[in-house]
Amino acid sequence: MDTKKKSDLLRHHLSVYWKLFTVTFTLSTCTFGGGFVIVGMMKQKFVEELGWLSEEEMLDMTAIAQSAPGALGVNIAVIVGYRLKKLKGAFVCALGAILPPLLIISLISVFYQQFKGNRFISIALQVMRAGVAAVILDVVLSLAQTVVHTKNGFWIALMVFTFLGTVVFHIPAIVLIFICGTAGFFSTCFSDKDTKEKPL
Amino acid sequence: MIYLQMFFAFFEIGILSFGGGYAAVPLIQSQIVEKFHWLDISQFADLITIAEATPGPLMINSATFVGQQLAGFPGAIICTLGCVFPAFVIVLLLSFLYMRYRSLKPMQGILTGLRPAVVAMIASAALSLFVLALFGSSPSEICLENFRPIEAALFCLSLFLLRKKKANAVFVIFGSGIAGTLFYLLFSAQ
Repeated sequence: MDTKKKSDLLRHHLSVYWKLFTVTFTLSTCTFGGGFVIVGMMKQKFVEELGWLSEEEMLDMTAIAQSAPGALGVNIAVIVGYRLKKLKGAFVCALGAILPPLLIISLISVFYQQFKGNRFISIALQVMRAGVAAVILDVVLSLAQTVVHTKNGFWIALMVFTFLGTVVFHIPAIVLIFICGTAGFFSTCFSDKDTKEKPL
Repeated sequence: MIYLQMFFAFFEIGILSFGGGYAAVPLIQSQIVEKFHWLDISQFADLITIAEATPGPLMINSATFVGQQLAGFPGAIICTLGCVFPAFVIVLLLSFLYMRYRSLKPMQGILTGLRPAVVAMIASAALSLFVLALFGSSPSEICLENFRPIEAALFCLSLFLLRKKKANAVFVIFGSGIAGTLFYLLFSAQ
């Protein structure tokens, strides 16, 4: 009886690791268009489909991934892995995120000339961007809705400020993260009463 | 010896590349073109083209490409490990701090300030991708004459499937790739 329980537990753990690996591997295979696409797809998978993380956690983790050097797509995978399964989870997710580009580029650098000139490949890559843009816009719409629905002027202002700062003024992400983190820090320090509003 | 040199060249790229993606391009160029002469500038341009056309982070793609050219598949692995390792350690440390201190009030304040900022950053990435997909350029040099109707139609269809039908993201991306390619081929055959 006891051994059965043990083996069930082991099977459960293994299935979680396997899920982490397959999810990061699949998402990493389709991250055309940069790290934020992988963030969006991870939100869809881990928050909405599996329910393993909350939306707030996903945003916190994205901020952390942005604050560290390195590729966003790999960083976010490492954090999600660590959050769910500590160090082993971080290794599994990092492996899942790194393997697809490693294998694909190794293969392509061998058949480089053929790849470069192929008409089908270049058309497919171009049209695929439309799907990628839709995926990330879908994520943005639901996230922005959550911020707007809080009706908190401060948060909405921070969102608009960061958007303009990135798109119009090209302020580096790390600077914006620093500014918004400081603003958030002081806003809680100087608010005497606990706000009744639902935290974002 | 070359393995060690490769590892540390990419270690340096991995630890200095704040901001990720295209912020890392000049850094990669200065390391592998100017300092070590592993690639010449036209090979480097090819590398950026390939990295753009394939999934995965630019940094990992360049590490794999350079490693493969210099020392085959083992080289690719060494370079990739070199550029991932520093970020891996830093990210682990930050996640450890996050999980330990996130319930403290000042930390809560910082995090609530960061969440709207992250939403805005994802939004700006979405805007660039949207303009690139429909006009083939960056938002600052958008030109209405370059509007691509096929991509626009695919975009609307994809968005509809995602929002109304809760379609899977992977399915939408590859579906739009296949449908769009077929459409282009029919269209240009006439």
